[in-house]
Amino acid sequence: MSGQTLYDKLWQSHLVRQRDDGSALIYIDRHLIHEVTSPQAFEGLRMAGRKPWRLDANLAVPDHNVPTERVERSGGVAAIADPVSRLQVQTLDDNCRDFDIVEFEINDVRQGIVHVVGPEQGATLPGMTVVCGDSHTSTHGALGALAHGIGTSEVEHVLATQCLIQQKMKNMLVRIDGRLQPGVLAKDVVLAVIGEIGTAGGSGYAIEFGGEVVRNMSMEGRMTMCNMSIEAGARMGMVAVDDTTLEYVKGRPYAPRGAMWERAEQAWRELRSDDHAHFDRVVVLRGEDIKPQVTWGTSPEMVLPIDGCLPDPANIENATERAAVERALHYMGLQAGMPITAIRPDRVFIGSCTNSRIEDLRAAAAVVRGKRVAASLKQALVVPGSGQVKKQAEAEGLDKVFIEAGMEWREPGCSMCLAMNADKLGQGEHCASTSNRNFEGRQGFGGRTHLVSPAMAAAAAIAGHFVDVRDW
Amino acid sequence: MKSFVAERGVVAPMDRANVDTDLIIPKQFLKSIRRSGFGPHLFDDLRYLDEGQPGQDCSKRPVNPDFPLNQPRYQGASILLARENFGCGSSREHAPWALEDHGFRCIIAPSFADIFYNNCFKNGILPIVLDEHVVDTLFRELYANEGYELTVDLEEQQVTTPNGDIYSFEVDEFRRHCLLKGLDDIGLTLEDADAIRAYELGSRERSPWLFDVIR
Ligand code: SF4
Repeated sequence: MSGQTLYDKLWQSHLVRQRDDGSALIYIDRHLIHEVTSPQAFEGLRMAGRKPWRLDANLAVPDHNVPTERVERSGGVAAIADPVSRLQVQTLDDNCRDFDIVEFEINDVRQGIVHVVGPEQGATLPGMTVVCGDSHTSTHGALGALAHGIGTSEVEHVLATQCLIQQKMKNMLVRIDGRLQPGVLAKDVVLAVIGEIGTAGGSGYAIEFGGEVVRNMSMEGRMTMCNMSIEAGARMGMVAVDDTTLEYVKGRPYAPRGAMWERAEQAWRELRSDDHAHFDRVVVLRGEDIKPQVTWGTSPEMVLPIDGCLPDPANIENATERAAVERALHYMGLQAGMPITAIRPDRVFIGSCTNSRIEDLRAAAAVVRGKRVAASLKQALVVPGSGQVKKQAEAEGLDKVFIEAGMEWREPGCSMCLAMNADKLGQGEHCASTSNRNFEGRQGFGGRTHLVSPAMAAAAAIAGHFVDVRDW
Repeated sequence: MKSFVAERGVVAPMDRANVDTDLIIPKQFLKSIRRSGFGPHLFDDLRYLDEGQPGQDCSKRPVNPDFPLNQPRYQGASILLARENFGCGSSREHAPWALEDHGFRCIIAPSFADIFYNNCFKNGILPIVLDEHVVDTLFRELYANEGYELTVDLEEQQVTTPNGDIYSFEVDEFRRHCLLKGLDDIGLTLEDADAIRAYELGSRERSPWLFDVIR
């Protein structure tokens, strides 16, 4: 008999009821809430006269709309200049107060991007089912949790019932063997995976990341990889629990302590796929082969190694694919065949739930230390993922390194990742961004995004064009 | 929830792969705390030549004449024909809200992103997966025939073309049932309240650290 995968185990241990029609009722341990996808769900509860099933399973934090400039930020919700954003953040505060849900408010030091805050506070733990009305909830899978994004109707469903109606996914193992070259980061690995399987490659699957490279990776790196599972088409990505996981979790504010920790640790050690577990699909990459990656187009799968050249539509046979490449080149204002290193960003953004943790900021700071951003650059933004990350970075003097290099050091939030607040690209501007989506208009109307690692973004800021950080 | 039994309607094309939710409804409209009113901003970046703002009067904006939804032949369309991986990107339910608000009841594509697919059913929209070459054929027929209509029948799980070709599609039984009846799935789940409580008791025994921590 074949063993169980990590996903099988997590699924099995949260099964409330298997229905005859193939659907299942799955229990949700932790529900994270932010201001964008929750107002209509709370409204739905009110209209139906329903109450949250279990208050202590919920944690809320505003992140998408919050201003990141200190002056605007310091005035709290009332000082948010955009009235529509202000109303949305205010609505979250009001709903959390009315329904008695714990919220880290806008200027709480624990506030930050929901996917940075959860693991950092120990609010998301190994073995949990974690959901949030945000597709990058896959991030929390790095802890050995079953974590995925949901829509607003499901936010309401979880609030009201603490459960979700789910269909079981297929299992995919993405194994990265060997070692990474110096300068190659988790972001490069996950971009390379997306380049390999495509943005629909993981559709219908739960991905488990494994192999020597992942085993040697920090929790921050694993979170970066799981974060972008959704860009590979998978609702969830996860990594087995090991010493790295346990060391990361231990001592976090909401993590178990003392005798309870001992019990939890014992249970969590089981959270890995059995030796003979069956995976429906296995994808293998060699760590040594992965180079720093840069996306050139309008989908994360339009990605190339730093020494690559842009594709030429004339050489593409499939009509839909050719049209997509033509459209992307046109939108991005780039020429077929040009080298990646010839692309010159107008702005640089270091932040987002993909790459705004302390390790990401250290990697970027190491590159810019003692240097100045290129004169051609309009702006280089560094936005820490949470108040805690900001505090830690400042304690290490990283803020000074960035400021001395001519970069802006901001307050925590989603910021230019999706440009719901004032941080956005102008029309036609190119951005070297550590975020996760390079869709048309994502970082501002007509903006052009290139996804890269924090080290690659920092190097591009200094050089004024994309460069190979391995030569740095 | 709105029910869906059958639909006969004009088909509009969205002829590109990997249409993401940012394209379906750009983020500035996500600031709304309401569930309705997103229709005029469906595909905003493609539909208009300027940058859209929440709450504005769209009737005065410069429209992109090349975009199908702006062309007379596709007015009143209720079925959207699309390419692979439709709805990829964020989990925003504003995407199906905008499609529904604009009048789409059904989307046909070779594949959908998982979260979007699921969100459609919650909003009375039927997403149908058909083979890539069938979708190719439908695109060809659509372009060749003005006023091209399809009939979609969820009970029979069939799509019928004007010349009588019939394509069957799969949909899982639970979602089909809820959509046909327009059921409120929160109400359905609450019928299992005892099972949920029993599960919680067991989980509290096994993993007490999951409870009473966030207060
Ligand atoms: S940082 Fe970007 S991707 Fe992450 S939650 Fe915020 S908006 Fe979404």
